[in-house]
Amino acid sequence: MMAVTNSVVAPALSVENLSVTFQTRKGPVTAVNDVSFHVNPGEVLGVVGESGSGKSVTGLATMGLIDAPGRVSAGRVVLEGRNIAGVSDRDMRGLRGNRIAMIFQDPISTLNPVLRIDTQIMEAITAHERISASAARARAIDALRAVGIPSPESRLEAYPHQFSGGMRQRVAIAIALLHRPAVLIADEPTTALDVTIQVQILGEVQKLAAESGTALVWITHDLSVVAGLADRIAVMYAGRIVESGTVAEVLTAPRHHYTAGLIASVPSRNRRGQPLAQIPGSTPNLANMPSGCAFHPRCSVSSEICSTTLPPLLHDPSGRFMRCHHPRQGA
Amino acid sequence: MIAYLLRRLGQSALVLFTMAVLVFLAVFALGSPVDMLASPDADQAERDALAARFGLDQPLPVQFAAFLGNALQGDLGASFVYGKSALAVIGERLPATIELALLALTFSVMIGVPLGVIAGLRPKSIAGRAIMSTSIFGFSLPNFWIGMMLILLFSVYLGWLPAGGRGPTTEVLGMQLSITSLEGWRHLILPALTLALYKSSLVVRLCEAGTREIVTQEYIRFARAKGLSSFRIIWLHLLKNMMIPVITILGMEFGAMIAFTVVIETVFAYPGMGKLLIESINRLDRPVVVAYLMVTTVIFVLINFIVDLLYVALDPRVRLGGPNE
Repeated sequence: MMAVTNSVVAPALSVENLSVTFQTRKGPVTAVNDVSFHVNPGEVLGVVGESGSGKSVTGLATMGLIDAPGRVSAGRVVLEGRNIAGVSDRDMRGLRGNRIAMIFQDPISTLNPVLRIDTQIMEAITAHERISASAARARAIDALRAVGIPSPESRLEAYPHQFSGGMRQRVAIAIALLHRPAVLIADEPTTALDVTIQVQILGEVQKLAAESGTALVWITHDLSVVAGLADRIAVMYAGRIVESGTVAEVLTAPRHHYTAGLIASVPSRNRRGQPLAQIPGSTPNLANMPSGCAFHPRCSVSSEICSTTLPPLLHDPSGRFMRCHHPRQGA
Repeated sequence: MIAYLLRRLGQSALVLFTMAVLVFLAVFALGSPVDMLASPDADQAERDALAARFGLDQPLPVQFAAFLGNALQGDLGASFVYGKSALAVIGERLPATIELALLALTFSVMIGVPLGVIAGLRPKSIAGRAIMSTSIFGFSLPNFWIGMMLILLFSVYLGWLPAGGRGPTTEVLGMQLSITSLEGWRHLILPALTLALYKSSLVVRLCEAGTREIVTQEYIRFARAKGLSSFRIIWLHLLKNMMIPVITILGMEFGAMIAFTVVIETVFAYPGMGKLLIESINRLDRPVVVAYLMVTTVIFVLINFIVDLLYVALDPRVRLGGPNE
């Protein structure tokens, strides 16, 4: 089954040179800057970064859900071979929830508080399929059962406030996967949940995505989540992807100093008793970005060139790449 | 639910009792009706006899007990002017006012909700700004002035609609209604519109604020991520959440429209309750004023009860009876 083939797999989603700009009183602010990544069918890509690194905006832009004053100012979003950046609202609506789906961070506010669960699931089915109400209902029950909600028949007529946070996130996942989308973008869906529930949800999504061949883009600030879940990883800093590669490569031998700092600041059993490493300084304000490499004011090895020139993308033969003038050598 | 109803009934009784005390004391403070009822040349013996006939020689608590006892039996006294029960006098006028208020309420929702949602969805657009600034006019222009301008335009210049009065009525379920005929509508539309213009400005502002808050909610974003049509998102996901605070205000406003349409009914010479109140005050027809105040209290209590029920229908998180059930 898992035989490696030489044929090139067409990516489920390929984001190319995407930029998102917000128009503010102080002028345009670029929240996502020249971001490129791809994810293959059945693959899991972890997008890691701190708050304000542009990872959530990247997810929304991919879904075509950026509202004014923001807009996609450059780049392409290629879903199953077709550029969907800038297609009509009508076409985009047909794709959203159907071929590309998204779940969000806060399960408490993701479901509409005044609508019943069955309404919220069935409307997502009928938005994309001509199907009878009874058939949609049966599908809704199956979907709830698939995400591990006990006795789904009796839970259908409940309202969101009658579910726990974890259960609500399961409902959201069930809705997102109704049409077996090519891509699921998960924007920190476990951050607001208890650790034990987090693990269950992670496992559930991973299993369901694998079953339907859905490519998963998992946005998180939590490196440990990515370590256990993702195949590849993209690290974002100040609106750019600064390093990308397979999880094993990036986590064991980070080439970018920001990635190395992130990894060092994760508490670990192996370093018990030692002070946790910190990255000095704080993330830059998007409206007032440092020149050159945005990380240089916080970087221990920065030099003259780092403050003047944006580092070019350095490619490894293995497909790994980074943006740094002084990349770390493999550990 | 039953516990809720009982508690609600108790609260309503308390409100009515308080109101009865206030109304009674206010009326008592106004002076003795004997001065008005007795002929100017009556001597003291005749005046005393008159006071005794109406029980006005009794001490205040006894008078109040008698008033309350009669009120509980549905007797709020007889109108001095019409010579029949005050409640009956009000009952004749009530349908006219309810008709007017309901129509005005419908207009203000039909005008206010869509405009408010449009302004809330596109706050920076020309349409959005125009709606919001126009609503300020609706707020600040005096009601009677708008009414007179509408009369001037539609009745005097254009001659399309009658300037005042109420159309012919037919009896429906024991009430004299005028919405059954075209002529009735022609009489209703101007006063209803005048009332509605002010109310719809209020509704516009409520809906605009509600919409702007709700569109930023995650469930709206998720609804879009599901690929739902904008129509469904607005008419179901947004509206159902937005109407919850709007319903409360509309309930209060509806009560106020029934109770205090005095100005509009005067401008349009519309024979409703408001006009009756003004006439009764002018003619010192005290039983009618007292009955009027009691009836409006009952109406407010009823409307608040209906608003509570609507709350439950709109928001599943609200359960009647509170946390004990």
